[in-house]
Amino acid sequence: MRSFSFIDFVSLLSALRWTVVLVVLALAFGAPLGLGLATGRISRIAPLRWISAAAIQVIQGVPLLGLLFFFYFGMPVFLGIQVPALVAVTVAYTLYTAAFLGDIWRGGLEAVKQAQWEAGACLGLSRWQQFCHIVGPQALRLSLPPTVGFLVQLVKGTSLASIIGFVELARAGQVVSAATFQPLLTYAVVAAIYFATCLPLTLWSRSLEARLDGSR
Amino acid sequence: MNFLPLWRYRDQLIDGTLVTLELTVIAACFGLLIGTAGAVALKGRAKPTRWLVRGYIELFRNTPSLIQLFIVFFVLPSFGLKLPAFEAAAVALSLYFGAYSVEIIRSGLDSVPKSQIEAGQCLGLSGWQVFVHILLPPALRNAYPAVTSQFVLLLLGTSLASQVAADELFHVAGFVESRTYRSFEVYAVICAVYFAMAMSFKILFAVVGALAFRSPRRR
Repeated sequence: MRSFSFIDFVSLLSALRWTVVLVVLALAFGAPLGLGLATGRISRIAPLRWISAAAIQVIQGVPLLGLLFFFYFGMPVFLGIQVPALVAVTVAYTLYTAAFLGDIWRGGLEAVKQAQWEAGACLGLSRWQQFCHIVGPQALRLSLPPTVGFLVQLVKGTSLASIIGFVELARAGQVVSAATFQPLLTYAVVAAIYFATCLPLTLWSRSLEARLDGSR
Repeated sequence: MNFLPLWRYRDQLIDGTLVTLELTVIAACFGLLIGTAGAVALKGRAKPTRWLVRGYIELFRNTPSLIQLFIVFFVLPSFGLKLPAFEAAAVALSLYFGAYSVEIIRSGLDSVPKSQIEAGQCLGLSGWQVFVHILLPPALRNAYPAVTSQFVLLLLGTSLASQVAADELFHVAGFVESRTYRSFEVYAVICAVYFAMAMSFKILFAVVGALAFRSPRRR
């Protein structure tokens, strides 16, 4: 047994980079998929609306832990292949991110008045041009604060990857706690690192909300 | 794909589901109590209490629920407070749900324009009457959607309790998987059960909401 020392603190801090990697991967794949789901939800093609609505409902109705276990333990057995932890985790977080961002962005798109689309159509813009130049920018403004708010959920959610053995901040905390027998200090430091990561995002989201007030 | 081996464990799975529901309801009740008390404290005049509540909200909303659970389960015993797994999960989830509830209830109360309260006072209603007849109905109506969606997130979040070996659904899933080695089938079924519960609650809340809040003027 050894006591909690500076080196443990450093190892926790450096585990934070895997938390960041997970968040970046989830956003890199989840955001485009989420945009697809959001535009699918407001599409004029009915089956496309149903499929995106169902996808969002299903993923939001399943625990994130369930997604992780399903893709890490379940899928490889079913497909009969070996899947590296990072890939399984990325798939789970991508779906999770896509479902929540898709819902947030759909809300933003629907909050823009229908007349804006029609005004674009009157100017002879195609549906795509209406989206890019008229509705999209307004929706972006409306949905930026909740999007940043979701980032906080995502950062906190990456802690679940520790459960399937992926060494990020929470897992590093377990390892250090087991090595030092000082759970109080270790988990306090882990919580503080998460707090220091999430609080700025929360405050940013709040200031965006005040600045980009949708009711204006 | 073979779901048959799971059938032997149906009793355990049903028990796990019940424990999950129990945990959800307990955490929701205590969380709403914390939320209401916190919202009242935020509206109050005492500055230290306001700061305390603010600190509580920010602390619990900006750290992962899993770490909070670990702190309750692994750290509190060193202060002489040793909670069994289920109780530890209930405490941690109540505090987590409470932190979100404070903001939801506060914004529900804030959504009622001050002039309505003043109008009630002008009609000679007592403070309590103003609260029950004027402030509460629209506040509940406005807070209801957020509370219910947070409740569904709580239901899904109870799966974390499996990590301290509380006997809820996700923990049972791990047990069944270790016995049957049918990881795909087990987690597919578990996800389906959670989904069924989440959808049932969403539909229930929508029906209850439509019946309870038939407002004279729907916005």
